[in-house]
Amino acid sequence: MSEPVGYRRDSQDEHPPALYEGYKSTVLRSPKRLPIKINHTLTEITGPLFGHGKLQPGEDDLSIENGEEAQGQRIFVSGRVLDEDGRPVPRTLIEIWQCNAAGRYRHPIDQHPAPLDPNFVGQGRVVTSDEGEYKFTTIKPGAYPWGNHYNAWRPAHIHFSLFGPAFVTRVITQMYFPDDPLFLFDPIFNSIPDESARQRLVSKFDLDSTKPDFALSFKFNFIVRGRDATPFEE
Amino acid sequence: MSEFGITASQTVGPFLKIGLAQGDQEYVVAENVKGALRIDGHVYDGQGQPVPDAMIEIWQANIYGKYDHPDDPTDAELVKSFYGFGRSCTDKNGNFFFVTVKPGRVVGLGNTLQAPHLAVNVFARGMLKQQVTRLYFSDEIQANSEDPVLNSIDDAGVRDTLVASKVNDENGMPCYKFNIHLQGEMETAFFDV
Ligand SMILES: [Fe+2]
Repeated sequence: MSEPVGYRRDSQDEHPPALYEGYKSTVLRSPKRLPIKINHTLTEITGPLFGHGKLQPGEDDLSIENGEEAQGQRIFVSGRVLDEDGRPVPRTLIEIWQCNAAGRYRHPIDQHPAPLDPNFVGQGRVVTSDEGEYKFTTIKPGAYPWGNHYNAWRPAHIHFSLFGPAFVTRVITQMYFPDDPLFLFDPIFNSIPDESARQRLVSKFDLDSTKPDFALSFKFNFIVRGRDATPFEE
Repeated sequence: MSEFGITASQTVGPFLKIGLAQGDQEYVVAENVKGALRIDGHVYDGQGQPVPDAMIEIWQANIYGKYDHPDDPTDAELVKSFYGFGRSCTDKNGNFFFVTVKPGRVVGLGNTLQAPHLAVNVFARGMLKQQVTRLYFSDEIQANSEDPVLNSIDDAGVRDTLVASKVNDENGMPCYKFNIHLQGEMETAFFDV
């Protein structure tokens, strides 16, 4: 059998390091040994595909719960999932979660004294189209305080989970909003060494895809690892 | 240089269960499936404290060593309604579990045969990017001794962190224990893939 074609490796400074002292929880949760490099086998170049039609209608709309509208600024978040060569990634699962417009998560350990919204859960899922497109309707999340350091606030963000075509394309990240004054002070955002890699996590306001009298719109494209050009040779 | 720069990783944060914990994703197979086994483990930090906000994902071949994916070119058989993906979020004690079957052996690079194994992604609050590891089975002594990935690790102590130990059966189901240490003396072997 011919050897499997692997995936290209990310450059080190396009992802955060395991240990980033400014984000205190990394101190005890980062391995001390360097990871062991392995060449890609069938295990790494395959991965879960979600062509099973398990999603319910409405999972792409976080702005309505039991027919009632959530509080806050209604927005669309849409874009495409592509690989590094610009090829669309079709039928891949995207999962998102976020706090409400006031900056509060519907989660027992969130003690931020901001109001919960009975009409907002903050969880959504979609599968990309044949062209790699996706679209969510949601509420613009608020900023929220956290205990990392004195007066620490997270810039507004939506958590995004994406599979892509292989085990090695799996990525979980956070999407931010343009011009947030909190970027400067956020160790999670700033843990990414490369400036342009950091800026790629900031969505873009897009007037063309807004809906008059209904919702603003932000664009956010995902780029996952591309395929090696030639099969791995011993 | 790529035409398009990749999307960077960020932590799942403390509220990951809102987005990721729906359904019985721990069950790769139902408990009554022939050959079903249970994997149990804890995630620990560098001080040996349990990590209650981690998520473990597994990806594996079926009992014939076939991945349910178009890039697996082998002739091995698919198994109806077996996809090979599982997900378990840790509880307040840092505990996760899966019910699955032992995968068959999958070809490795250069005409080798890999031992039965699961690919494992570890996510948590306090982890800016997932760590990747593998789970092998302690009762596959012969296959493990032939596995190219295990054999690429010289330190036996490090290698053993990848091997789930067979423990007593539970309700007639074989059980394996697999702890994940993010840091410290018993630190799990993590891979750069
Ligand atoms: Fe968050």
